Amino acid sequence: MARVLPDITERSAGAAAAATDTPSAQAITTLDRVPLATAFVIHEVVYPEDGRGWNQRLEELGFLPGERVVVLTRGRPGGDPLAVRVGHSTFALRRTEADCVRVRPWPTAVVKS
Amino acid sequence: MTATAVVHLHPPGRLLALVGNPNCGKTALFNLLTGSRQKVANYAGVTVERKEGRLITHAGHTVRVLDLPGTYSLHPRSPDERVTCEVLNGQALGERRPDLVVCVVDATNLRRNLRLVLAVRRLGMPCVVALNMTDLAERRGITIDADQLSGALGVPVVRTVGIAREGDAGLRRILDDPTLWLRSADHETLHDSSSLLADHDAVRSILQRLGLDELIPHEASDRIDRVVLHPVVGPLLLAAFLFLMFQAVFAWAEVPMQWIETATAWLAAGAGTLLPAGWASSLLVDGVIAGAGSVLAFLPQIVILFFFILLLEDSGYLPRAAFLLDRLMGAVGLSGRSFIPLLSSHACAVPGIMAARTIADPRDRLVTIMIAPLMTCSARLPVYTLLIGAFIPQRVIGGWIELQGLVLLFLYAAGILGAMLVAWVLKRFTAAGRHVRPLMMELPQYHLPSPRNIALGLWQRVVIFVRRVGTIILSLTVLMWFLASFPTPPPGATGAPILHSFAGMLGQALAVLFEPIGFNWQISVALVPGLAAREVVVSALGTVYSLSASGIDAAQSLAPLIARDWGLATGLSLLAWFVFAPQCLSTLAVVRRETGGWTWPLVMAAYLFALAYLAAFIVYRSASLLGGN
Repeated sequence: MARVLPDITERSAGAAAAATDTPSAQAITTLDRVPLATAFVIHEVVYPEDGRGWNQRLEELGFLPGERVVVLTRGRPGGDPLAVRVGHSTFALRRTEADCVRVRPWPTAVVKS
Repeated sequence: MTATAVVHLHPPGRLLALVGNPNCGKTALFNLLTGSRQKVANYAGVTVERKEGRLITHAGHTVRVLDLPGTYSLHPRSPDERVTCEVLNGQALGERRPDLVVCVVDATNLRRNLRLVLAVRRLGMPCVVALNMTDLAERRGITIDADQLSGALGVPVVRTVGIAREGDAGLRRILDDPTLWLRSADHETLHDSSSLLADHDAVRSILQRLGLDELIPHEASDRIDRVVLHPVVGPLLLAAFLFLMFQAVFAWAEVPMQWIETATAWLAAGAGTLLPAGWASSLLVDGVIAGAGSVLAFLPQIVILFFFILLLEDSGYLPRAAFLLDRLMGAVGLSGRSFIPLLSSHACAVPGIMAARTIADPRDRLVTIMIAPLMTCSARLPVYTLLIGAFIPQRVIGGWIELQGLVLLFLYAAGILGAMLVAWVLKRFTAAGRHVRPLMMELPQYHLPSPRNIALGLWQRVVIFVRRVGTIILSLTVLMWFLASFPTPPPGATGAPILHSFAGMLGQALAVLFEPIGFNWQISVALVPGLAAREVVVSALGTVYSLSASGIDAAQSLAPLIARDWGLATGLSLLAWFVFAPQCLSTLAVVRRETGGWTWPLVMAAYLFALAYLAAFIVYRSASLLGGN
């Protein structure tokens, strides 16, 4: 299976493809912008503009397409960093890192935790 | 055990390696398997901690066990992870490729942990999966059929509980199976692809087959996190905890410290009466016993500090503290990850600098190493304790805050602020400092700290500290005694004998340099061995004063003596000096090893000397102006 979108040119192509098979392009957002305690599903992990290899590391930690993610809390002030539940694990991510994770709403329902 | 004449490049016997994700309970399992039969050293060429132990199988055979650093994947990101990969591939310098890999897996988090198992399996080595933390999993309603999992993975699976007595019985039993050590992983059960996504899909299908696909939240941990990571309550809780920790270091250690001091005095008096007066008696009493005793007296404080750090580590709170402090650290160009090495540096800069290896980013790591010595290490506590005891009145403010404890807290804060300032300057004025670097830090589930693991960790650290006392510090104290005793004064000379010694000459020469910051020649003399190891300053001052001030009762402690002899301004100036003081030689040696050259240790020594001199100068001049003399 091909790696997910290793460069920026493929990134826009991926987003366009995603727009056709998910509810709407509008529904896809990045993890740093989602509300707290709400379940999302990872759509893809994209290559950040200046963070070498971040996407690969994120994937190794478990941020993989199809996984369920919930932002548990945010640091104050500035909403940075975020505590993110992915699968059974919890990770602290900075906003710039969370920005690499593109998500869409969890299909079943909005889950309050 | 008998010594053998044959020299083996590698010790004989079977070698087993423990591999696993961070926070899978691997170290607890290692402790359970090997007990106190552990050897802590470094891997050749790199300074990643190498933990080896011996376990006795169910049938009584001895097996060597290597506890490899935790890793999320076999694509290394940090020196620690690189060691794990190199050992598993048989490429590590001076390491034999293990005969068997035990993949330690957190049973409550198979989703992530099994991916590493698949990657390890692909290496083609004999492999066993230790399904760890099964007790926690069962309590949370996760029932795993080990046989089914074994079938799906193509490797044997045993249940373990790293924190329970006999929790390793299953693993010890299976190690007696000779076929286990011969058979490499069964390749047919799963397709052989090195793609992370393929592994992820494989893990998901295994979990689906085993009925473990449901995500069960860890409610207790989540509830704690709602308080601990709360934007307002969280930082307050952290501040309260750190405050309690430093008050405890000062208050709880008092009684055992007095015991050690009494024992030292008793030993010195006994040795003094048994031996005939002369240089041998002087060497033993004033050099060896006084030197070792005054340093050992601070062991209780070090034990308490390490106890708190281990408690934080073992409970899972430490990464939460890093989470809360990430914004603050980010403001000076570091990540919350630097918090752990910097906190450890409060015990000693050496383990702190070594802990910086967990920082994957080379620039963050270097900056953390460079500012680590600014954290008040426990070796500075003897000096602080002496000076605070001599110059700060014992008073209670507001009914419950000890003034002396408050001053100590201020000194710690000064070190931290100094470090932040240096890091900020580096962020602001270097190109690498402005670049954004990742955090990506796991917040593991909380668990009750295991007394056994804390005791073992405490023991290992105490051994390291006492070894330092036994070697570097003690030998420097003896050297100091020699410098202060020889040459003996010529017949008919006046004044204290030490004035004629090497130390006296050196101190008087250095006094010119230190005079502007209020240090007398006795302090200047004591600072020389203090560069080698900071706590030596106290015993060096003791040597200087007990030898120079004739007629002083030996039992009289140093504190009232210096309180009378020095002005308040000098006392405060010395405190300021020690906040930034150039670190000990062991720190410089570690920095040289960690950075691979002399450039950084020299830069470090120079900038710390400049900072210390500046701080002491400002404090001395201000205090003198304000009438502190």
